[in-house]
Amino acid sequence: MAEDVWILGISMTKFGKHPGRDHVDLASEAALAALADAGVGIRDIGVLAAGSLTAGSSSFGQQIQKQIGQTGIPVYNVANACATGATALRVALLEIKAGEADLGLAVGVEMLSGAGLLGAPPRQDKGGAWTPTGRFGAITPLEGRVGTDSMPGVFAQIGLEYGHRYGGADFELFARIAEKNHAHSTLNPLAAYQKRFTVEQIMNDVMIAYPNTRPMCSANCDGAAAVVVVSDRRLRTLSPEQRRRAVKISASVLTSDPWQEACQVLPDVNTLTRQAAARAYEQAGIGPEELDLVELHDCFATAELVHYDNLMLCEQGGAVDFFNSGATWRDGRTPVNVSGGLESKGHPIAATGIANIWEICQHLRTEAGDRQIEGARVGLAHVIGLGSACGVHVLEKAAS
Amino acid sequence: MVDRIALVDYLVLDDEPHLVAHECEQCSARYFDRRNACAACDNTTFRSVDIPREGTLYTFSIVAVAPPGVPVPFVAAIVDCGGTRVRGNLVNIDPDPEQVRLGMRVRLTTVPLGADSAGVEAVGYGFEPA
Repeated sequence: MAEDVWILGISMTKFGKHPGRDHVDLASEAALAALADAGVGIRDIGVLAAGSLTAGSSSFGQQIQKQIGQTGIPVYNVANACATGATALRVALLEIKAGEADLGLAVGVEMLSGAGLLGAPPRQDKGGAWTPTGRFGAITPLEGRVGTDSMPGVFAQIGLEYGHRYGGADFELFARIAEKNHAHSTLNPLAAYQKRFTVEQIMNDVMIAYPNTRPMCSANCDGAAAVVVVSDRRLRTLSPEQRRRAVKISASVLTSDPWQEACQVLPDVNTLTRQAAARAYEQAGIGPEELDLVELHDCFATAELVHYDNLMLCEQGGAVDFFNSGATWRDGRTPVNVSGGLESKGHPIAATGIANIWEICQHLRTEAGDRQIEGARVGLAHVIGLGSACGVHVLEKAAS
Repeated sequence: MVDRIALVDYLVLDDEPHLVAHECEQCSARYFDRRNACAACDNTTFRSVDIPREGTLYTFSIVAVAPPGVPVPFVAAIVDCGGTRVRGNLVNIDPDPEQVRLGMRVRLTTVPLGADSAGVEAVGYGFEPA
């Protein structure tokens, strides 16, 4: 078994609008803050992994180096849909496990303010003769003619599928999930939105894709997050304060879609998440009932419901009862998305995977301020990207 | 002279318009798009199979906000046609959650898409209440 890897420092920028700044500015801010939090400098770092889906460069990590220090270390530019940040962290972690570095830095950033709908290209009929193209032999773009690839519509179908299979999930239930996350965000000063909504306000807001209204969709925003990871061997040489604040990565898992008949026409976010969770619990030697808090990928309110089940926070088919029990509110048995989640904290895609881990670390270090979950010792962070990648990390407070 | 063309190559326009899938000759996994190999079993040979024209509504969303050029609202749906999941809009029904019921019976229908400069009519498909 390769040695343990720890989080030594971690940071996220305020999520929201950052006019006048660019991807490099935000990524550099997050990276420098993570290094400061770790108590190390860029010259201590042996590997850099950087992710951004909108930075528009295949050498984005090297652009960050020009702002924070060009030290000749290997740089990995990572892209893995909404799991990009979690994947970047894993790249740094794997280099440490491989013995090629003792300290690694992973950064994720996105600028998405005003980006609008993600996932579906505009339909552009070119005119002239109908000509079949592509793998479906389509004569014109299919969005809106043969279902939808837009994320709100895809995840709406995923949520209604779950509701139909197990019962009890209606429009109001999904709105109540969003109500919870928006309520939680009021305690998070780094969230893009910190506004509480009533269920009625959520249900009567602009419909995006039934049953997801606007406050039930992830908030496109700008933001960056960064993390410094360290080998167990190196951590033992560091100061007592650094060791006290270090967070153990008890499990780090990445999966992709296994073949399913159904996932050929509608992405299957369930199977790969369930497999990632099962492997993570096995790696960590920790069961879902031991989790003190969870940050999961609520890109839409409909997605949060299915992931209660996929992450085994409840028995299979029991997600509606689990939510109705109050378990996922911050004073419940398994608080979920106490940061506000993607719906209100925001979803700058490549930053999200690291930002979810940042939230867990804040609680494990007893540094979460007003939203601290008292006595938190173990947490789970989950992200999913279509289609499809799923990252699950289990994190534990240092023993002493 | 072709006077009609299908929206996608898996839509067959004949007296009873229907969908066809590529079925893996080894494991019977079905695909609507062209595949280099079977994602389920790696086999590389496929046969063509007709998909039943009737099915049940497996899941849906009523999409109200879409990219430019896409008329809204529309009912995006997944239909279970005899065990094969098919993607397609629900048509000839109000885009209203009170009208669209999961599990309802639906059947394939064609949707005219207009003619190109040479007068060739394009034909798409959707599912309507059975």
